[in-house]
Formats: sequence, C-alpha cells, structure tokens
Amino acid sequence: MNTLKYQSQAVAKPYFIFAMILFVGQILFGLIMGLQYVVGDFLAGAIPFNVARMVHTNLLIVWLLFGFMGAAYYLVPEEAETELYSPKLAIILFWVFAAAGVLTILGYLLVPYSTLADLTFNELLPTMGREFLEQPTITKIGIVIVALGFLFNLGMTILKGRKTAINMVLLTGLIGLAVFFLFAFYNPANIALDKYFWWFVVHLWVEGVWELIMGAILAYVLIKVTGVDREVIEKWLYVIIAMALITGLLGTGHHFYWLATPEYWQWIGSIFSALEPLPFFAMVLYAFNMVNRRRREHPNKAATLWALGTAVMAFLGAGVWGFLHTLAPVNYYTHGSQITAAHGHMAFYGAYAMIVMTIISYAMPKLRGIGEANCNRAQVVEMWGFWLMTVAMVFITLFLTGAGVLQVWLQRLPENGEALSFMATQDKLTIFYWLREIAGVVFLLGLFAYLASFWVKEKQA
Amino acid sequence: MSESFTKGMARNIYYGGSVFFLLMLLALTFHTTKEMPKRDHRENITESVERGKMLWEVNNCVGCHSLIGEGAYFAPELGNVYVRRGGEAGFKAFFKGWMNAQPLNIPGRRQMPNFHLNDQEIDDLAEFLKFTAEMDVNGWPPNDEG
Repeated sequence: MNTLKYQSQAVAKPYFIFAMILFVGQILFGLIMGLQYVVGDFLAGAIPFNVARMVHTNLLIVWLLFGFMGAAYYLVPEEAETELYSPKLAIILFWVFAAAGVLTILGYLLVPYSTLADLTFNELLPTMGREFLEQPTITKIGIVIVALGFLFNLGMTILKGRKTAINMVLLTGLIGLAVFFLFAFYNPANIALDKYFWWFVVHLWVEGVWELIMGAILAYVLIKVTGVDREVIEKWLYVIIAMALITGLLGTGHHFYWLATPEYWQWIGSIFSALEPLPFFAMVLYAFNMVNRRRREHPNKAATLWALGTAVMAFLGAGVWGFLHTLAPVNYYTHGSQITAAHGHMAFYGAYAMIVMTIISYAMPKLRGIGEANCNRAQVVEMWGFWLMTVAMVFITLFLTGAGVLQVWLQRLPENGEALSFMATQDKLTIFYWLREIAGVVFLLGLFAYLASFWVKEKQA
Repeated sequence: MSESFTKGMARNIYYGGSVFFLLMLLALTFHTTKEMPKRDHRENITESVERGKMLWEVNNCVGCHSLIGEGAYFAPELGNVYVRRGGEAGFKAFFKGWMNAQPLNIPGRRQMPNFHLNDQEIDDLAEFLKFTAEMDVNGWPPNDEG
C-alpha cells in the first residue's frame, strides 16, 4: 500500500533506520561506561573509558543528525507540496555519512586515539581531542560536505514549493547547525580562546538552533495528529523559538563564568539562562493545548504520546535541570560535577532523542506502507518502550543528581585540607552509580521494546 | 490575545529578537576577546605549551578528565592540578613519576592508560597544565581538590 503523499519522502526511511541502529550502540557503550564508574578496571585494556565515552557521545550526536535529516527529508516535501529536489543526492549523502560515521567509530575502537590522529593527518589542521568534537578533521570536513549537499537539496525543494513557517524555521535551524559547526575548525593554541569558541558549536547547537529544529518537527507532528489550524500552531511555534533564541543566545554566557572572561558574564549568563526554561515550559502548554483542542482522532496514539512526552521531558531536563545549576553562585560549586551529567542526560533524551522518536513514530507507518498508524498491538509495545525508557531516564537523572549533590558536599564546599579528593569522593558515590547502572539496563530494555514494536503485527483472527 | 496577536507579529518578534540578541552576543564577544589577554596571560604561551596542548588533544585526555570543569567527570579535574600537586617546587617531578607509573593496575580501581610519552613530551604536557592553572578564571575551582 502506498501511503506517501510525495514519493521522494521515502528517502527518510534509511536515515531513520540507521539512526535507530546507532542509538542501540550508544546505549550499549553507555552501559559499559556506567559499569566502569563502579568497576574501574572493567574492559580497561580493550575499551578505556575515554574511548567508550567518545563512542557514546559521538553516536548520540550522529544518530540525532541522521534523525534530523530524515525528519527534514520527510516533512519538507510535504510542507512544500512538491517532490524533493533530488532523492538521488539524498541517498548518496546517506551512504557517504553512514560510511564516514562507521569508519570514525571503528577508528576510535580499533587504534589508540593518537594513532588515529596520525593516520588522519590531524597535525595539518588540528581539530581533534576536544569534547564532542573528537572526530578526525577529515570526518569533520565530510560532515560539512554532507551538510552542504543536504541544505542545497532542501533549499532547492523549498524554493520551488510552498514556503511554510515550519519549513522556514526548520531550514533556519539546519543552516545554523551547519554554520556554527564551522567553529569546530578553529582551534587556537590559547586554551581559553579555544574553549570560548568551542561553545559556539556546543551551546549554540543544543541551546540554540537545535531548538528550532525541535520546534519545527513538533509543530509539524502536532498539525498532523491534532488537525488544529496551521495558523495557530505556526504562531505559537514562532513565539516559542523567539523565546528560545532571545534567552539562549546570551544564555551562552553561563559557560563563560570561569574562563578568563570578564565577570559581567556571571550576570548576563545568570539572567538570560534563568529564562531559558520559559520556551520549554511554553512548549509543554502548547503541546497539551493543541492536543486538547484536536479536531480529529488520529489513530497513531503513540506519536501523540511521544509529542507530549518530548515537550515535558525537554522542560524537565533542559529547563528545570538546567536552571538547577545555571546561576553563577550555584555553578561555582556544581560546575563539572555529576549534576552536569544528570542535566546532560535528561536534556538530550527529552529534547532531542524524543523528538526524533516522535517523528519516527509518526512517519514510519507511512514510510513502511502500513498506513496512518501501526496496529494497536504494535502501538502498545511502542508505548511500553516509551514509558520504560522515559522512566528509566528520570531515575538515571535522579541518581546522578544525588551523586552530584553529595559530590559537591564532600569535594567542593569544604575548605582546603578538609575537602575530600576527587577519587575519595567517587568512592562515596558508589551506591548512586550502581543504581544509575540498573536504571540504564531498564532503559536498554525499553529500547528493545521500542524496536520490537516495529515487528509486532495484529493477531490473526 | 489569540485574536489581536497574529502570526505575523510572532514572526517579527522571532526575526527581530534573534537578530538583535545575536548582534549582542557578537558585540560582547568582541569586547571579551579584547579583555581576555589580561586574564589568560597568553604571553606565557611558549612552544612547549603549544606542544603540550596538542598532546592533551591527541591523547583525548578530556575523555576522562575535566579541564576547568569541562570534559568528562570520570577522573580528577586537571585545570588546577599544577597547584594541587606541588606547583613550582614539585609538580614536574610528581607528574613525570605519575605518568610513568601508569597503569596502576589496582584491581577494581579506575585505570589510567600509559600513553608512552617521552620525557620531553611529559614536560610539554606539564607546561600546558601549568599555563592553564595560571590563567585567571574568576577564582574557580572553590578549593584545590578541583
């Protein structure tokens, strides 16, 4: 059965499938790291912690990018009411990006990192070895090429078609993603400057342009599943992303408190980042409001659940847990503690992993020719996946927060001579790390349930 | 509100607001980069410090450690390790001994790999950590434990 409005939307399917495969890898390496937190020498020779972490975070970033790209290829043609400019280019770029991603991960796993740097001629343009930007320079160049081809393809599609607010916001977000990534190539010898502009990639991605992408995808799915008037949904989309950028751009300042930078950042960063929860709170109100005002009963209940879930979890993870440690006087004690880790986990899951699963949940039944929605049994299994993963992530966050509070108490608050050392403190946190690992296993089970839902069929009568 | 507040107005707030605050960020960045030389003491960046930073990067030290709070939280903060481990008098001797003693192979303990750095490289890395510790970062961390 053909259920696509535009045939070229089909290119989204490999992007979504590959994203899910990488997601599994991300979680497996997360579990390895979680175990290394308590059994320090677990796999220490084969997969040192730094390697596992690189794989864990890089897989996350790459699978989210695959998800964003799949989302764009799926929704842009439908919004523009025209076929994609070049489906062939989209498929070629898929294979280029997938190959580059797999080779990079294999490089991390198979040779020492310094050897990988040598093999990829890092010394010609050194960009490696910075958190989240560990990819060899050649991979980074590949990412830029893929991004350019991708934006060209989408831009040409939108140019010849209808220019909806959703398409324009999504495109702005994706262009911003590509532009800010260019700061990854700036790596001065001065570590302070290096860090300052490193945040132009990291912060302006996740607390800036990615929120546009998230907002656009959420708005698209809300229009589809609720049938609420596009004018209303797009108006609130603009309000939300306006708030996101107005708070988030100067909110960058919360990374400049302790960085050879003027003290005024402690004021600017505190004030603006304290407002960063607002757009996420607005997103919760908006998602629930639109679903309550729905004009149709869409059969894909799972997609609606994901759409509401991502708004709530993004608010909790990015908004509430971000606010917890964003004020400069608080951050002085919490900076770089397990509280940061707690925030990072829930924010990435809530805002970005869940928005990708929202669009996958909505689009996959159509891409697979099943129809508007999966059968009821499949949706029930999918919702099991949703709840197991989401509740597990809440517990991961709570356990890491517990660890972080205790860490600050023992290691940061006391004076010199009375404060425990880092390693002595870590020993005291063991129970939290064990509980986090158990929650991580539950998360993996949830992921398996979620993936299994793709194979569940209605019982034969 | 929903009647008089139109999509066009919302769009204008979005475009106007984001352009304005992007320009603010750029202006403050311009000012900050003018101020930073006074605080980061970049006049102390020697060739050795530069080589040390490169070694820091190509061995992915930030994959376990944090540096001024950023990085991984698996191993101790190193932005002030120079101060914590002896400073001018004792840091280099401590650091060389430490690097060469890895891996410690204590059962169950988190394990640092041996990166097989030669004496020159260990000295360069130490110089980089000294430079980092001597930057003025507004008094962080709260105590020497990092």
